Amino acid sequence: MKEKNTAFKAAFPHTIPVFTGFIFLGIAYGILMSSKGYGLGWTILMSTIVYAGSAQYVAITFLTTAFNPIYALLMTLMVNARHLFYGISMIDKYRDMGALKPYLIFGLCDETFSIVCSAEPPEGVDRKWFSFYITLLDHIYWVLGSAVGAVLGSMLSFNTRGLDFVLTALFVVIFLGQWKSQKDHKPAITGLVCSVACLIVFGQSSFIIPSMIAILAVLLISRKKDSGDSEKETVQ
Amino acid sequence: MTLTPFQTIVIIIMATLGTMITRFLPFILFKDIKSGNSYISYLGEVLPYSAIGLLVVYCLKGVTFSSAASWAPEVIAIICIVVLHSWKENTLLSIGAGTVVYMLLVQNVFI
Repeated sequence: MKEKNTAFKAAFPHTIPVFTGFIFLGIAYGILMSSKGYGLGWTILMSTIVYAGSAQYVAITFLTTAFNPIYALLMTLMVNARHLFYGISMIDKYRDMGALKPYLIFGLCDETFSIVCSAEPPEGVDRKWFSFYITLLDHIYWVLGSAVGAVLGSMLSFNTRGLDFVLTALFVVIFLGQWKSQKDHKPAITGLVCSVACLIVFGQSSFIIPSMIAILAVLLISRKKDSGDSEKETVQ
Repeated sequence: MTLTPFQTIVIIIMATLGTMITRFLPFILFKDIKSGNSYISYLGEVLPYSAIGLLVVYCLKGVTFSSAASWAPEVIAIICIVVLHSWKENTLLSIGAGTVVYMLLVQNVFI
């Protein structure tokens, strides 16, 4: 029990920025859902089991048009295909997580990923429980925020046009944060350039998968080139 | 609500399934790969940066240059976010202000 308490105390401060972000984004999501006629219960259900901001926004589109479950599944796969990249990043770190592993993978959203891949537990704190509490707290914030939004949304009525830009703003801010934290901007530029090129070539509705393939190809080719230039840097 | 409750639940299950497939698949596919595999650790290092770039483009995929209203709100709001974020570095402030600017623009200026 004491082990879990110390892990909780170590994990909580790391999640404070996500708390503010998720309460805000969750409220926006809850309001958006209620503006489309979906109340508290639906919003809590979505945020608890889907637990993926962008997929939940996209799902609203499928709730408000003709019933098409297969297309909903394929679109979710495409929107969330980036999670494949997160999973690949965490394979080594989540190797020995035991019984907690399924939940840790379930909760691997953008924000949780950004913390668990960078934050180190203090000495004497169990990494397993540290990662678990970060994942759990973020999950709770998201459900809580969207529940508050769902309640507010049914009481207030204001023009929500453009509110979904909150998601774009979030990713722009994450992009800027990553840009600042890295000296090597090649991976970030690769992501932008490949995606814009594929968007132009393949069009809006089918550019995600080609973009991912292009990004992987460029990254792997540039790694080979780099290791040819200076072997020390890439050999680990 | 456009859909029936049953149809709504089916859509939610599809969204859950789709999300879970993308989160679990790498762990299932690469279960047997030894720790320290150089390709996996290289990708683990660089992929997050490319992934967010892809996401930004994904969110802006609807932008066209046919009329000012179809690109100006996005461009102006993003410029505000970049300026504000490099100045204050407050995640919540940047996201909130950028969204408010965008909402004001699409509701009042570029209707």
